[in-house]
Amino acid sequence: MGETGQAQLASAARTDAQPAIILDRVNKWFGALHVLRDVSLQVAFGERVVVCGPSGSGKSTMIRCINRLETHQEGRIIVDGIELSEDVKALDAIRREVGMVFQSFNLFPHLTVLENCTLAPIWVRRMPKREAEALAMHYLERVRIPEQAKKYPGQLSGGQQQRVAIARALCMKPKIMLFDEPTSALDPEMIKEVLDTMVELAETGMTMMVVTHEMGFARQVADRVVFMDRGEIVELGTPDQVFNNPQTERLRLFLSQILRGH
Amino acid sequence: MADTTTRIQLETAVARVPGEASAPRKPPVTATGFLGWLRANLFSSWINAAVTLVLLYLVVRWVIGFVEWGILNAVWSVPAGQTQACREVQGVGACWAVVTEKHRFILFGTYPYEEHWRPALVCALFIGLYVVSAMRRFWNWTLVPIWTVTLTVIGILMWGGVFGLPYVPQERWGGLPITLILATFGLAFAFPLAILVALGRRSQLPAIKAICVLYVELIRGVPLISLLFMASVMFPLFLPEGVNIDKLLRAQIAIILFAGAYLAEVVRGGLQALPKGQYEAAEALGLSYWQKTGLIILPQALRLVIPPLVNTFIGFFKDTSLVLIIGIFDLLTAGKTAIIEPAWQGFGVEVYIFVGFIYFLFCYAMSKYSQNLEAELNRHRRR
Ligand SMILES: Nc1ncnc2c1ncn2[C@@H]1O[C@H](COP(=O)(O)OP(=O)(O)O)[C@@H](O)[C@H]1O
Ligand SMILES: [Mg+2]
Repeated sequence: MGETGQAQLASAARTDAQPAIILDRVNKWFGALHVLRDVSLQVAFGERVVVCGPSGSGKSTMIRCINRLETHQEGRIIVDGIELSEDVKALDAIRREVGMVFQSFNLFPHLTVLENCTLAPIWVRRMPKREAEALAMHYLERVRIPEQAKKYPGQLSGGQQQRVAIARALCMKPKIMLFDEPTSALDPEMIKEVLDTMVELAETGMTMMVVTHEMGFARQVADRVVFMDRGEIVELGTPDQVFNNPQTERLRLFLSQILRGH
Repeated sequence: MADTTTRIQLETAVARVPGEASAPRKPPVTATGFLGWLRANLFSSWINAAVTLVLLYLVVRWVIGFVEWGILNAVWSVPAGQTQACREVQGVGACWAVVTEKHRFILFGTYPYEEHWRPALVCALFIGLYVVSAMRRFWNWTLVPIWTVTLTVIGILMWGGVFGLPYVPQERWGGLPITLILATFGLAFAFPLAILVALGRRSQLPAIKAICVLYVELIRGVPLISLLFMASVMFPLFLPEGVNIDKLLRAQIAIILFAGAYLAEVVRGGLQALPKGQYEAAEALGLSYWQKTGLIILPQALRLVIPPLVNTFIGFFKDTSLVLIIGIFDLLTAGKTAIIEPAWQGFGVEVYIFVGFIYFLFCYAMSKYSQNLEAELNRHRRR
């Protein structure tokens, strides 16, 4: 599946195994606005890719196309060997394999932390309730908030909520985790606790695609960094290449801006 | 000069002992308690004080007048059919005798007198059904058999014809059971219908969306009365010869369709108030459309709209009284009919107070319950 498309990709990272994510000349428009322009990218299993770029450059849109919260109009997206299409079965299969963490947490406020975590395993994976709860407690321990299990999301701090959101996604045992600016909505003192959780997750070998401007995090865990601007992938390389040796004026400008902001 | 003032301000602004938090103080006495409240709200200025006193005077006068009329000078009962005593006090005292005498007719209409225990039991069953349904402990599948069994028993009791109960045709039903039947079936069917329509209006499928929009706009665009007329007069014209659908059922369907359109808009309001992120998070977890809707969206959306929802419920409970237009014998019609008899003419106020009081009991219970429910269901929003 997708042999020719794969071969044509400019940015093939590893060729030894089937990639986790393949974006092949993906195009997307919002009305007349061209938000993704011929985006091609491959992410191998076990790889951590950080995506950065100015606001409005299409980072969220790209990452949301991968689990089809947005639909692309041209090109192909293949996740874990399954091509995204109108096919509902394929979509269900992909959403089961791909976890997502949002900027605004999006926990379910009417359910407790534990219920937030057990909901999808029970209803989507058809797991018995007991088992789902044990699983949820396991991941809540991993993100270091098992003691908050009986509380409602509204009773937690932003950092705690985001860690619950990570645990909730992990409870589906995804092969791939997508993060869309997971720390942007947090107060500075809470950013670290969430990033630490993500670093630990990276250490387990999880395939991760993270939209973030946290350069420290990118340097620490990213295998590759993608720089997007105006809907295009402008630069792609190791953190060292991208951050220390920018090739384009756009990236240089962007780096100077975020460095000033920090 | 300017220098010293700034310094003084600065010095007064800092806490007395550096590093030590100042102890909390009580609020000033005048701001709290009943007296504080009175002063702040009713006597805050000369004009406010004057308005308060005038209104107080009017209220007291009215209360005294009502107590005199309704209790002190009232006639509570008269010998059968002899309304002389009532006529004598007319204007200065209430004639509760009309209620004493006619209450069974008002409550049960023309239902055979010796069988009145049946509609009475039906009313009790309805109330029991409401109480059980109101308890969150029963908010699961057990409600389905409870409702099915209760409604079946209610049907058997009203119609009879089995288990040795004499058959009572629907034309003879009347009073409170009719009101409760119309309201209960009306809302029990209209509510799920409304949820489906509200979801349909947000559907991606153009045909479903169009049908739902058309339904809501058409039904909302006409008065309930005209819908009832259509159900009672026009609808039978289109039926084939010999087929006859019960008048009560037709009115019931009209009420369901009408309430459904209104409730759908209320529910839609709740759906729209939910942030898009809730839909996305549910989808990203792989929940199907119905799982997402049933587990994430509706539980939150419906909580948000409890006040307008109950408002609409209460409105329709009372609007069932409009069926008097097409000659269905509900509580209000029964009350109206009770005073047609020459002997009791002129005692409408007492009857309407009685009927109004019954409506009030049900509506007030709904209102109170909804307040509790709202507080309880929205507990998660408290910190
Ligand atoms: N649902 C939408 N409808 C219309 N335009 C959108 C929508 N979502 C995003 N956009 C536009 O698409 C562009 C890319 O947005 P986004 O992917 O969110 O950028 P980023 O995440 O990099 O800030 C922006 O110009 C944004 O205004
Ligand atoms: Mg974004």
